[in-house]
Amino acid sequence: MADVYLNEKFVGEVQDTQAFVKQVRDDRRIGKLPETLNVFFDEVNRDVYLDNTKGRCRRPLIIVEDGESKLTQEHTKKLQNREIKWKDLISQKIIEYLDASEEENSYIALSENELTKDHTHLEIGPNIILGITTSLVPYANYGQSTRLNRGSKTQKQSLGLYASNYLIRMDTDASILHYPQRPITRSFMHDIAAYDQHPAGQNVTIALMSYKGYNMQDSIILNKDSVQRGLARSTFFRPYTTEELRYAGGLVDEIGIPNKEIKGYRSETDYRLIEEDGIIAPGIEVKEDDVIIGKTSPPRFLGDLEEFSIAANVRRESSTVVNHGEIGTVDMVLVTENQEGNKLVQVRLRHLRAPEVGDKFASRHGQKGVVGAIVPAVDLPFTTSGIVPDLIFSPHSLPSRMTISHLIEVLAGKVGSLSGRYPEGTSFSSESPELLRKELFSFGFREDGKEKLYNGITGEELEATIFVGNMYYMRLKHMVANKIHARASGRIQLLTRQPIEGRARGGGLRLGEMEKDCFVAHGASLLLKERFDSDRTVLYICEQCGMLAVYDAYKNRKFCPRCGGNVEINPIELSYAFKLLLDELRALGISPRLKLKSKY
Amino acid sequence: MIDEYINRGVPEPLVRGLVKEAEDVKLTKAEIKKALDRLENEYKDAYISPGEAIGVITAESFGEPGTQMTLNTFHFAGVAELNVTLGLPRLIELFDARSNVSTPAMEIYLDKAYTKENKDVKKVASLIKETKFREVASEFVINVLKLQVEVTLNKKNMADLHITEAKILEALQSGLKGVVVKQSKDGIIVLKPSSVEEDLKEVYKLREKAKECFIKGVKKISYVIPIKIGNEFVILASGSNLAGVLSLKEVDATRTITNNIHETAEVLGIDAAREAIIYEAEKVIKNQGLDIDVRHIMFIADLMTNTGKVKGITRSGITGEKESVLARASFETPIKHIINAALVGEIDPLDSVIENVIVNQPIPLGTGLPSLVAKMKNARI
Repeated sequence: MADVYLNEKFVGEVQDTQAFVKQVRDDRRIGKLPETLNVFFDEVNRDVYLDNTKGRCRRPLIIVEDGESKLTQEHTKKLQNREIKWKDLISQKIIEYLDASEEENSYIALSENELTKDHTHLEIGPNIILGITTSLVPYANYGQSTRLNRGSKTQKQSLGLYASNYLIRMDTDASILHYPQRPITRSFMHDIAAYDQHPAGQNVTIALMSYKGYNMQDSIILNKDSVQRGLARSTFFRPYTTEELRYAGGLVDEIGIPNKEIKGYRSETDYRLIEEDGIIAPGIEVKEDDVIIGKTSPPRFLGDLEEFSIAANVRRESSTVVNHGEIGTVDMVLVTENQEGNKLVQVRLRHLRAPEVGDKFASRHGQKGVVGAIVPAVDLPFTTSGIVPDLIFSPHSLPSRMTISHLIEVLAGKVGSLSGRYPEGTSFSSESPELLRKELFSFGFREDGKEKLYNGITGEELEATIFVGNMYYMRLKHMVANKIHARASGRIQLLTRQPIEGRARGGGLRLGEMEKDCFVAHGASLLLKERFDSDRTVLYICEQCGMLAVYDAYKNRKFCPRCGGNVEINPIELSYAFKLLLDELRALGISPRLKLKSKY
Repeated sequence: MIDEYINRGVPEPLVRGLVKEAEDVKLTKAEIKKALDRLENEYKDAYISPGEAIGVITAESFGEPGTQMTLNTFHFAGVAELNVTLGLPRLIELFDARSNVSTPAMEIYLDKAYTKENKDVKKVASLIKETKFREVASEFVINVLKLQVEVTLNKKNMADLHITEAKILEALQSGLKGVVVKQSKDGIIVLKPSSVEEDLKEVYKLREKAKECFIKGVKKISYVIPIKIGNEFVILASGSNLAGVLSLKEVDATRTITNNIHETAEVLGIDAAREAIIYEAEKVIKNQGLDIDVRHIMFIADLMTNTGKVKGITRSGITGEKESVLARASFETPIKHIINAALVGEIDPLDSVIENVIVNQPIPLGTGLPSLVAKMKNARI
């Protein structure tokens, strides 16, 4: 006797639970019950759950009957010949989908040769433990799982041909790789996901060695000639948007060349690029603070200013300008309307990004690094056949991370490029490295993929043989051009008089508490003071009462508001933040006094 | 010759040790002198320079590996051995000098006579472990009519713990005040409140109290395991009672330790507490597979104990004793420190590091410490 629940609702009771569950399964398989229905018998509480709701995670499995897989050789042959499809397998009840709870009642074999009479299902393949992006990693079963995670994560950050209609799109922070290539070492997912239609990397020749210390700590060396030939070259797109908003009282924004009378008018040179309609034209090169869309807005507080201000009712400047530190070429201008019928203007800037020192690259195995140097090909090592690597990768990145798959890909890439085929790198069913080695040997190369290299500068033979091969490398979206940040002087905060925060606003780089501790630990006393001088102020202190005195520079007179002019008043230098602290203490009713003493 | 070096500041044990070694290998006088000169140089080279920021360096030496520690803290759950808090929580507890250790534990070394045989060790272990009445009783029954508690004894447990009925009676009599303890003919122990106003509630209370009544062993030691370290048996105990354990004659008092710093200070003195801090901190660091120079730990231990009392690095401990208001306020509870300073009109001489960072003046450390004083002839100012 067991309770039966359909979609979490009690519907009745059954006597023979096993027979009932079997009946439900059989009925589902012959099509009497919907294919989406799953049944689960809870052996602990002796309840039967039938579930047909949306949002359950279900996965396909091959049905097993009497220890025999229902998927036969015949089916696989037909599948290969494209006579039948996945759909047919489901309708023929060779494959069914189980949800998480029905899985609990099943006995699933991992491979066909371990099937017994007790098994109910067979796993389609070991590959299905991997997701879509993870399946794109070749030879993943040779690597460490954590690296595999990172590998699939970095693939999502790679630049490529993300959409074929990118020219008419307005995506924020989009980049296009100029010459994307299909990977030589492939996995089945490359076919399924039509990766060749939107590839996201390039096949490069790599050498596994160090080069003058410029590839320490995961950095890589790029071949300057390769870069100039277009390796990893990309274009960065940045759209700017503005809208003619409508305000209460029938006031509207106006896109056009702003009038000189308006509030916050920029200099004429800033407006030089916009045309009569207030919008810039495609093809013009712009730099930071250039106006690309001229716009004025109505005054913010209508009415109350009118009586007093002479410049009553002036419009405000609200143009769109190029962001701090950015340059680019106007790529496309779009003038349209938004849903409310307001005029909408979008301008897309484009900027060519050739790889530079500091740009991030990664292979598909969680091995990411930044460019440490871009070296002319003449200075790079070359093989006996004159091949110069496009990229030099540090061997120190390998032992602790144990990404064997990275090495096998190099080998497979080498074989692939020599034989003109695409080696199969699908996890668990890849071409074996042993066979790859034999094939490599047949091409007249060393079996282990190593080659004799010659120093590009001196021409001397390198003592060690170097592992050289081809692999797929991706350029990641993190580029120094978007991150580089430095400041000498600039805007400060009103309250603390310390530099403002943020790269986009031209702020400072904070030297935080722990960084301060480093200066202290080094005993670099005066350097520390200098670093914290950003809010340095000179205060005049009345020596009698220890409070702030006043220095009247115009009359060259010092006096204390409390003790008068006949007291000793001396200037001291301290941080404005401390002055603020003292002021705040005063606001709390505490009266801190400064007692001056000669330092010497 | 020896005194000459000692007078120049080389530690006596170093000098004497070297001379002894040198004499053993039959060095000549001149060679010994050469060795001593070398020793003096090496020793003075190891001096810390004036103005070195030892405090910050120590803090960083703990802070950096500490960040790696936080992640792998409670990895030891479920191990059959004694579960002792380790990792960052233990380090914090140690340096804060908390009086309540989260997992009190002792390492009890035994007198030589008891360390050979497993049997002997087990016997000592049973002596140390605190046995409560609950453990030797099989049933506590409340007799509602007679308003008394009747306890059936568990003979097997008694035999295991080497306890006789007489001993139990004795322990109950001294442990339960205001209770009449009797033994009936059939071996049942009868507990009856001796107060005049008997009621059922009292009997219930008595039963619960009797369960926890101390029978034998050392109080607070709740669990013991004998473990073989090298070729001798050591008893690891959870719970800590140093004074109690040391009073047993079977225990080697020279080596037995507890992980409670305050208790160590109380029983063995402040120098022992200092050693205990170093030992405990090193244990945590070693356990995490980290490597921090002992001298950093020694420095912290020195700071915590140099007043003669164990003080933690907290706002109520060492940090709270800083002279500067600003320094204290920048550590913890700034408002409290500023208000208290304002109430008594404290003066901050701005002598130390943090204060000078706050007001942005050169800190009196490293290059900021020395200053030049020029002596001018016929100076006119």
